[in-house]
Amino acid sequence: MTGGRLAVRKTYKLFIGGAFPRSESGRTLELEGYNVARASRKDAREAVVAARKAFGGWSAATAYNRGQVLYRLAETMETRAGAFAAACTGRREVARAIDRVVWYAGWADKLAQVLGSANPVAGPYFNFTIPEPTGVVAIIAPTEPALDGLVARLAPAVVGGNAVIILASDDHPLAAIELAEAVATSDVPGGVVNVLTGLRSELAPVLAAHMDVNAIDVTGADGDVAALEVLAAENVKRVVRAREDRSPWEIASFMELKTVWHPIGR
Amino acid sequence: MAQAPVLPRGFELPLKQRLPRVGAIDQVAVEERAADLAKRSIKKEAKVWALELAIRCCDLTTLEGQDTPGKVAALCSKAIRPDPLDANVPSVAAICVYPNLIPAAKERLAGSGVKVASVATAFPSGQSPLGVKLRDVEDAVAMGADEIDMVIDRGAFLSGRYAKVFDEIVKVKEACGDAHLKVILEVSELGTYDNVRRASLLAMAADADFIKTSTGKLPGAATLPAQLVMLEAIRDVYEETGRKVGMKSAGGIRAAKNAIQYLVQVHETLGPDWLTPDLYRIGASSLVNDILMQLRKEKTGAYQSKDYFTND
Repeated sequence: MTGGRLAVRKTYKLFIGGAFPRSESGRTLELEGYNVARASRKDAREAVVAARKAFGGWSAATAYNRGQVLYRLAETMETRAGAFAAACTGRREVARAIDRVVWYAGWADKLAQVLGSANPVAGPYFNFTIPEPTGVVAIIAPTEPALDGLVARLAPAVVGGNAVIILASDDHPLAAIELAEAVATSDVPGGVVNVLTGLRSELAPVLAAHMDVNAIDVTGADGDVAALEVLAAENVKRVVRAREDRSPWEIASFMELKTVWHPIGR
Repeated sequence: MAQAPVLPRGFELPLKQRLPRVGAIDQVAVEERAADLAKRSIKKEAKVWALELAIRCCDLTTLEGQDTPGKVAALCSKAIRPDPLDANVPSVAAICVYPNLIPAAKERLAGSGVKVASVATAFPSGQSPLGVKLRDVEDAVAMGADEIDMVIDRGAFLSGRYAKVFDEIVKVKEACGDAHLKVILEVSELGTYDNVRRASLLAMAADADFIKTSTGKLPGAATLPAQLVMLEAIRDVYEETGRKVGMKSAGGIRAAKNAIQYLVQVHETLGPDWLTPDLYRIGASSLVNDILMQLRKEKTGAYQSKDYFTND
């Protein structure tokens, strides 16, 4: 505060369908010294609708294009590195997170070759196995590390062509919203990434039970994960957990493998 | 406006002189009131009640060049029992199809109480000679249609030939016999709310059983303000003559939330008497699925997915 200028204080909002709305409930929480929107069930529903709408276009984009868009996300993150550093443990974590986005961006057009296969079969057929995105994925963001932990789950899900809803961590939501601002200025289409802040205990069960969510990443879930899995079982959601730090298999866990039989012609 | 006024046939007078109280519509006020009523929050038991009412008032519609007897048969099964997993969900009011598909619908709906409505009179433009339109109606009735959805000749209406429009409705009504007649105004082509009100009064004067907003073939079909103008015309006719004319809104009503907004407006304008399939209909195709998803959400607590409901 110099020269008597009023501070422009930021209100942290949700990120749904490429826009930054407040919670329809009007509720906020005070977290990390800021007022942060406290999303309601309805906000979660709107986020799923936005993700479903975006999924078609994003999954149909060419792998090459998805890779470029993800690289663009790394660029916009780089320009906001200062803001990210303030929302997590510092520059080092930011650098790790950005490098991770670049690393996964490179995988976009290599997935089919590594995860897919041409299978030998006893008949006059070509038999291919091809990875396809699962659909709408809910990600419960890990609490620590606030930024890199989230990026480690987001990047592999998005690079494969899924549309995601991030449920930010209760304790460190700012990293998730800062990330949303980087996403908004990148070329990631609106709705491909959505961010909800609020109470995980309130929102996680809603997303786990939602019939239009195809997979849920419970890496960041605390408390009763089994209860979430029971809810997820209703529509046989894919339940995903992180296994490795960086790996194409992390992408694979958000993909479905489809097998195609094609007659060998002459 | 007692009964159908005696109109000079084929005599082109300004409508004002023949239909009193056509008046002028305050566009801002109508849109404001429609928006205001749309804000009402309907929750829990009231929501379930309204959603079930919307299903009971629904004319499940398919009006496409690609309609086949098979598709109509599937739609009829859905009309009778909208949710295969829940027998408590009521049947819809009617199926709305093109005339050629009436026999297929009749056969599947026999004994179910679900009516068969057919569009006729050179749907959707209405730009054909009267003889063709009447024959269209007669054939549809002969094939078993319980209800006829006719279109007015908007070309005639917009060029001020109101008597032609009126006479055609009267003749179509005669051709309908016992079948109920719904008169489609196609509000998005009428241009102004004044015209919507004028056409509503004209259709009611010509003895329409229902007045209907749209064909559903144009973008920007049914809107809340247009329905409000029509409901107020119905109310004025009721207050003056005691005759209850029905209302059908069609086109563009796809979400359960919208359907509830339309019902709220009917209740606020005409009262609970009109909240019955005998006097209120919603013409829709994809709306039913959204309502079924909402009903199941109320039952299970989980938000639903389109993946688990039939396409047609």
